[in-house]
Amino acid sequence: MTETELIDRIQAGDKAACAACVELHAPAVYRLALRMLGSPEEAEDAMQETFLNAFRAIESFEGRAGLATWLYRIANNVVLMRLRKRQPLFVPIDLHGAAGDGEDAAVTPVQLFDWCCLPEEDFATTEAQGELERAIGELPLPLRQVFVLRELEGLSTEETAQTLELTPANVKVRLHRARLWLRERLADYFTELATEKAHG
Amino acid sequence: MAETQRCTHLLADLSDYLDGDAAAEVCAAIERHLAACEDCRVVVDTLSKTVALYHTLPPPDMPDAAQTRLFAALNLDEFSRLYRQ
Repeated sequence: MTETELIDRIQAGDKAACAACVELHAPAVYRLALRMLGSPEEAEDAMQETFLNAFRAIESFEGRAGLATWLYRIANNVVLMRLRKRQPLFVPIDLHGAAGDGEDAAVTPVQLFDWCCLPEEDFATTEAQGELERAIGELPLPLRQVFVLRELEGLSTEETAQTLELTPANVKVRLHRARLWLRERLADYFTELATEKAHG
Repeated sequence: MAETQRCTHLLADLSDYLDGDAAAEVCAAIERHLAACEDCRVVVDTLSKTVALYHTLPPPDMPDAAQTRLFAALNLDEFSRLYRQ
C-alpha cells in the first residue's frame, strides 16, 4: 500500500489502515517523545496523545509533508505542551524564531584536552553511554529538538526544518551548536576519566 | 581557546567540514589551519569523536505493553494481536 493509499483509507475511517499507520510510525513517535521528555511513562502518554490528535485532524492532512513528518510535527507540539506545563517559565511559547532558550548560548570551545586518546573500550561502557544519554537530555531545548530529529531519527535537514517550522539554515546552525555543546559536556567526563587512568 | 579570528571562522564551518558538506576551498583552509593550530585540531578530533559516539547509541525500544495500550487508547484493540512482535 502506498502512503497516499494509506492516508486515503485513514481519511475514510478505515480502522485497519489506522492500525497499519500506528504500527509503522509509533516506534519513532515514542523515541522522539522519550528523548525529549526523558520519562517512559510521559513518552507513552505523549505518543497516545499524538495519534489521537493525528487521527482527529487527518481530514486536514494535505500531503504537503510526508505522513512521518506530519506525525513528528504533532508529536513535537505535544511534547512542547508537556514541557511547558512542567516548567512554564523555561519553555518559550515560540521556539520557531531566531531566539529561544539556549539558542543564543555561545558554544565557544573551552575544553582542550584530547580525550580521543582513551582506549576504545572506555567509550563503549554502560557508564559512558549513560553519560552521553544524560548529556543529550540536558541539551537546551531548541538545540535538542533539532538534534533528536536530525541526528538520532535521521531526518534530512529539510525534513527537520519542515517539522520544526525552521529554515534549513537555522537547522544547520542549531545542529552545529548542539554538537559543540555535547563535545564540551562530554569532555568533562572523558577528561576526568583520562586523568584518573594517568594517575593509576 | 586561543580566540583568533581564524579559529572563530573555522569553528563556524566545522560541522559542514565533518559532514563532507564544506566546499573544497573551505576544507583546504581548515586543513591548513589545523596543521598550525593545536587547539583547533583537538576541537576537531573531539568533535568528530562526539559525533561518532552518539551515532553508536542504540535507539530506545518501545515496550510491547505500550503498543498494546496505544491500540486500546485508539480503539483499535482488535488489531493489537495482529501487530504484536
